[in-house]
Amino acid sequence: MNRSHLSWLVIGVLGFALPPWYGLPTSSSAPWPPSGLLASFGVAPWLLPIGLFLLLPAPFVIVRSRLAGLALIAAGIGGLGYLVAQGLAIGLRGWSQPLLADLFGPLATGQRGMGAGGLIVAVSLLFYLTLGLAARGAMKGDRFTTGAIGLVVAAIVVFVFWPVSTILSQAMVADPGQSAIVALAERLTARDIWSVGCVVSATRCGVFWNSILLAVLTGVLTTLLGLAFALIASRTGFRFKTGLRLLTVLPIITPPFVIGLAVILLFGRNGTVTQFMAEYFGLTATRYIYGLPGILLTQVLAFTPIAFLVLVGVVQGIAPAMEEAAQTLGAGRWQTFRRVTWPLMRPGLANAFLVGFIESLADFGNPLVMGGGYEVLSTKIFYAVVGAQNDPGRAAALGIVLLALCVGAFILQRTWVGKTSYTTVGGKGFSGTSAALPRVVKYAAYGTALPWALFTFLLYGLILFGGFVENWGRNNSITLRHYITAFGLDWGQNGLLWTGRAWNSLFTTIQIAAVSAPITAALGLLTAYLLVRQRFAGQSTFEFMTMLSFAIPGTVIGVSYILAFNTPPVELTGTAAILVICFVFRNMPVAIRAGVASMSQIDKSLDECALTLGATSAQSVRRVILPLLRPAVVASLVYAFVRAITSVSAVIFLVTARYDMATSYIVGRVEIGDFGLAIAYSSALIVLMGIGILFIQLVVGERRIGRRDPVQPAARPAEVTA
Amino acid sequence: MTRSQHRHALASAVAGLALIAGASAASADDLTLYCSVQEEWCQAMANAFTKETGITVAMTRKSSGETYAQIKAEAANPKGDVWWGGTGDPHLQAAEEGLTAEYKPANFAELHPWAQKQATQSGHRTVGIYAGALGFAINTEILAKKKVKEPSCWADLIKPEFKGEIQIANPNSSGTAYTAMATLVQLLGENPAFDYLKQLHVNVSQYTKSGAAPAVAAGRGETAVGIVFLHDGVTQAINGFPVKVVAPCEGTGYEIGSMSIIKGAPNAKSAQRFYDFALSPAAQATGAANKSYQVPSNTKSVLPEQAPRMDKVKLIDYDFKKYGSSAERKKLLSRWDAEVGAQK
Repeated sequence: MNRSHLSWLVIGVLGFALPPWYGLPTSSSAPWPPSGLLASFGVAPWLLPIGLFLLLPAPFVIVRSRLAGLALIAAGIGGLGYLVAQGLAIGLRGWSQPLLADLFGPLATGQRGMGAGGLIVAVSLLFYLTLGLAARGAMKGDRFTTGAIGLVVAAIVVFVFWPVSTILSQAMVADPGQSAIVALAERLTARDIWSVGCVVSATRCGVFWNSILLAVLTGVLTTLLGLAFALIASRTGFRFKTGLRLLTVLPIITPPFVIGLAVILLFGRNGTVTQFMAEYFGLTATRYIYGLPGILLTQVLAFTPIAFLVLVGVVQGIAPAMEEAAQTLGAGRWQTFRRVTWPLMRPGLANAFLVGFIESLADFGNPLVMGGGYEVLSTKIFYAVVGAQNDPGRAAALGIVLLALCVGAFILQRTWVGKTSYTTVGGKGFSGTSAALPRVVKYAAYGTALPWALFTFLLYGLILFGGFVENWGRNNSITLRHYITAFGLDWGQNGLLWTGRAWNSLFTTIQIAAVSAPITAALGLLTAYLLVRQRFAGQSTFEFMTMLSFAIPGTVIGVSYILAFNTPPVELTGTAAILVICFVFRNMPVAIRAGVASMSQIDKSLDECALTLGATSAQSVRRVILPLLRPAVVASLVYAFVRAITSVSAVIFLVTARYDMATSYIVGRVEIGDFGLAIAYSSALIVLMGIGILFIQLVVGERRIGRRDPVQPAARPAEVTA
Repeated sequence: MTRSQHRHALASAVAGLALIAGASAASADDLTLYCSVQEEWCQAMANAFTKETGITVAMTRKSSGETYAQIKAEAANPKGDVWWGGTGDPHLQAAEEGLTAEYKPANFAELHPWAQKQATQSGHRTVGIYAGALGFAINTEILAKKKVKEPSCWADLIKPEFKGEIQIANPNSSGTAYTAMATLVQLLGENPAFDYLKQLHVNVSQYTKSGAAPAVAAGRGETAVGIVFLHDGVTQAINGFPVKVVAPCEGTGYEIGSMSIIKGAPNAKSAQRFYDFALSPAAQATGAANKSYQVPSNTKSVLPEQAPRMDKVKLIDYDFKKYGSSAERKKLLSRWDAEVGAQK
């Protein structure tokens, strides 16, 4: 125990003494900016107490005093508190509040954002606190658990709670002569949010009703379709499972706008299908697809795979023992499914619905392209920020409404899943076969999933084709022009020249996605572990906070990140780090959901067993839980990787010339109607993401549960004839 | 805490360091350009400036609304130097809020009066770099098929034969549509203008989000008429779509694409050089070379052949000061919301 105390003591002190305290040097004239220690005796004397806090527990730790725990807690709380206070109080140009200048007298210099030194010291102080707490007996003295909770909470407070509250507080900004409360109330009760005009009169309905209708429909449809695919993939003898899996993954790896464009080119007023219907069936070509039908279609196309990814792990994880027990007791296939399998899938269904619901609320690209006159919260928020109105207060108020919707969904989900146990993966050595699906369910699954798969396949064929034609829909002569513009290569004097316009953003995109995916998965699964396996005060609040950044539309997150991280103490704008962090905290909720769903199936006696045999919690996580969580690991890695490549609304404010992202380039092409290049670039991204996913699956591998092969109809002739 | 846990924490700390170290330091000869025109033009302009001065340009392209929101959010610690391009209103607004810096370019005298006026009324915090008139982008194929005469006046658009055939952006989200609304108010007077907009509403199939989207829709045959800036329609025609642009006979409003230096710019010197450069005829020629056919603001610049002839367009005396102000904007937008936007 003293070893870990000592290590963090050393790391903290070294972090204060050696690396530069501040990041982002102002000019190139100072090649190695001063460390915290150096700055304390030079430009920034106010840093000195931090060093003292770092040293405070040293004597206790070295002499192994029983007071070491208390000293660590004191140093941790004091040091972190002081670190934050000085960071917020002293900005770029001295005191950040005039009041402070009056109190303490003017300062000659200000300070920049924290750099490596600041980061190391902050992390060390955090672990001082958690180690101290563990030493005093918190969480049964488990250092791993207290450390993990501390790390996740701190990260979420800094990177989710702080920026989000910064921007939401804008809803209170009042016009002159108006109180903050009145301003907030006025914005929250605006007619365009709540109006029910479309039911009672000839006016439009408020965005709240539009959004909730769309989100519920999308949530239900994606969950059902996802379930159909999951049942086919894990419970039937369907032959083309690999193909099916591939197809369900395709929409997830599609950059935004592309599905919308393809749908317009098929079902738009001038679309192929519409024109065909008009010509042969005499129907008038109209703009029927714009509005709710179009958004719903594209959202279901886009989010079904996510529901599938959440559900497939759950369906596979249901231990056959219970189903076999039911059948032994004389239940038929239908009864078994209805009374055993279905209830066991509840956490999966609830999580899939929650993800679909929230994805739909936060989705921005599809309502933008397909919306027509149908307005939803996310588009309304976007244009309140960047539109002719330029009204961040309104955007914040709409953001609060959106958040409230998500909280509602979250609470409902919790109530429905309830406190029942869904544990089916226990430590007992069993082997059995999953029950065959009742015929009705099987054919229902086939009947919905297969046509959908076919439709998806068709759509992608068209998209691929669209990259190779001169001008899709008008001039269908084959050309490589778009690919050459995007990915041209040339031999120059110094070798290969990357002349294509897309290379720059492509390389950045892949690097950032590759960095953020593992961090997202690790942090997300760690959080899931804490949520499912540990009990601590404020857990529900904590769980809700993890969902915050997911529920808020990307645009709001983007602007909130600039507001929070453009000035010290944490100055990140213009770096690659801000993109990575943004992706990590935006995509983490899916990793958490996948982890929670899978983990609630794994019997706690498994880790207890490991603990009894002398393993630490960290070891039980690594050796017992992680291998059983492989589907969740794959799901979160894939999701994080892909989302980092395809998300657009959040990054649009964070990209810079050095760190430009592929999607922001594609959006520019779509804006001016250059669909060919947009589609060519998107196709290339799709192929790349496909390779990425295969790579992830190869590295993580499949989960192996001691079980016979799932149902093979051929092997059970008796039942087939019966 | 176990050993592997240490390793893990250390590894993440190191990753964090690497990311922070990757952040670049601004050196003396750099320029960060926020660009709000088409991507090709942005790129060409950045390259031309580097070629001329040797200054490295880091360019980011965003729409004018996005750029304005970003500059506002970054105001406490500005990261950009120059904001080049995009419709004039947000530039004027940024000037009004003191987000941009004063600078009088060396070649100011060479500019068209409209470009100079943009500068003088903002206290030289912004300047006009191009102009584009408002009008209609018409899909000739659809109209021929429906045997409907092409519209040539604002008054034509409210005729019953255009029911469901007109697209215009939502003035709440798009500067283009706001310009159109302000134009009608100046042309007809406020109350008749809203009567007109209510009648137009019956014919409008969709209020798009982005200003240029109706031009794309007209090109694709999703609508017969889009109310857009003429140069956006020209771009569709050049890309091979059956689009014709028409300036309304009663007269029309226009935008002044503008440029501003961001207040507190890290590279103020380079920003001023860019400002002077961007107003030169050589720099303004990059527009037409990259399929952007706005009218350049320097009197010595060559007017691109494909550009809609401003001398053939009947322009109103658009009051940018009044209709660019926050108060007037808020008034007109809330009236539009209540009387037009809320209708089915």
